[in-house]
Amino acid sequence: MSVIAHQVAEVSKVPAPAGLRGSRCGDCAVTVYPADDACPRCGRATSPVALSAVGTLWTWTVQRFAPKSPPFVPPPEGFRPFALGYVELPEGVRVAAVLDTDDLGSIQIGMPLRIEPSNGVPHAIPIEEA
Amino acid sequence: MSDVLIAGAGITPFGRTEHTTGRRHAVQAVNAALADAGIPWSRVGAAFGGSDAAGLADTLVAQLGLTGLPFVNVKNGCATGGSALVSAVNAIRAGMADVVLAVGFDKHPRGAFDPLPADWGLDEAYGRDGLMVTTQFFGMKIRRYMHDHGISPRTLALVAEKAYRNGARNPNAWRRTPIGADEILGSGMVSDPLTRYMFCSPGEGAAALVLCAPSVAKELASVPVTLRSAVVKSRRFGSFEVFSPWIAGGELTSVSRDAAAAAFEAAGAGPGDVDVCQLQDTESGAEVMHMAECGFCEDGEQEKLIASGATEIGGPLPVNTDGGCIANGEPIGASGLRQVYEVVRQLRGQAGDRQVPGRPRVGFTHVYGAPGVSACTVLSR
Ligand SMILES: [Zn+2]
Repeated sequence: MSVIAHQVAEVSKVPAPAGLRGSRCGDCAVTVYPADDACPRCGRATSPVALSAVGTLWTWTVQRFAPKSPPFVPPPEGFRPFALGYVELPEGVRVAAVLDTDDLGSIQIGMPLRIEPSNGVPHAIPIEEA
Repeated sequence: MSDVLIAGAGITPFGRTEHTTGRRHAVQAVNAALADAGIPWSRVGAAFGGSDAAGLADTLVAQLGLTGLPFVNVKNGCATGGSALVSAVNAIRAGMADVVLAVGFDKHPRGAFDPLPADWGLDEAYGRDGLMVTTQFFGMKIRRYMHDHGISPRTLALVAEKAYRNGARNPNAWRRTPIGADEILGSGMVSDPLTRYMFCSPGEGAAALVLCAPSVAKELASVPVTLRSAVVKSRRFGSFEVFSPWIAGGELTSVSRDAAAAAFEAAGAGPGDVDVCQLQDTESGAEVMHMAECGFCEDGEQEKLIASGATEIGGPLPVNTDGGCIANGEPIGASGLRQVYEVVRQLRGQAGDRQVPGRPRVGFTHVYGAPGVSACTVLSR
């Protein structure tokens, strides 16, 4: 769990959900996040699906400056540059997430990541390779 | 289908001013297009136009003249100019009028294009947590493209360097000072791998076209250019667009690829026929990707093509001869018609210091923008 999400969860005493909850179309097998009632490809009804917690980094960038507020709410300790990207999951969906790493120089396309829900957007944490 | 001619084209200086309104830009561009065509306003039988953020085009009749013509407002984001143009073409082909105006204009303040999540149907968290920033999308899209197709950061810098160099040769451009590739690379990272000088800025300006049926040609003051096709498309499933909480797996689809292919098919021409083209360059990476998406090269060939000078004025495929969005800024409603204006000048041999040599015969224009729209045209003399 990310440091920020961990702190928020501790303060609010609300446990974060177990994993990302998406939806999947029974007809064309399109999986989306966040869950949607209708399939964006064919418009048919979808079913809820639990998404894998581990994926790989598909692309990324760094937010160097504090985004405009509102809508951005800087963390209590002040803005610090952060990485964000898309995590490719085995279900065939790439999910936007904040990347929780202080080592911006180590980020690479294809690196394995663990992705988790937070009280905001999903967060992803690099997995140390053995 | 019957040909439609571009009888006249007008533009205003692009940039950012204190006092000029978007509507004033529009009136100036329309009057310039009418003068170029040698056609009086009273002869225009229908009009289509719009802006994203600078007011309603149909109110321009108060300044242009209250002739009673039908004037349709178009509001279609980055495709506003293209949609106005398609509507004008269809009006001529349908026999609604034989002389039709298309106009696009805009005026955006510094720091425009910062939307709210609710306007995009997204959870508030995407704004709160800092993911509603347009430049992130451009950085992430070109990052993946560079990884897949071997494009270097230096190539991104060369695209911007060319834009400023061409802008310096265009009296209507906003950025008219050449900037070298090293300075562009060192101008500060905005959204990795894109630096500050690789981006266009929100700005202001207007462009207008007077279109007509071939039967009107004998009335014209200038040599007309033939608009062989004009196409607008929206995205299909599987594309990568700004402010997406998720992207479909597998190979990406591209609305630019779809629109360009449709425009070439309708024109009975191909990318190999084109002598000069204008491609959406919201930032350097966009021009690189759009070269391939519009069919001018294979993915990855840009690395050598751009380094060799192929896309320069004087190269085999001149791209963004007027400096593009990077040197002209981005008034959303005006950019698409600015591109057509530039091709008209090039095909007539009236592009001054930035004229493509060798008497170009065929031109191509392409815009792309949120939330996945693209408009393309093929023109010839
Ligand atoms: Zn479906």
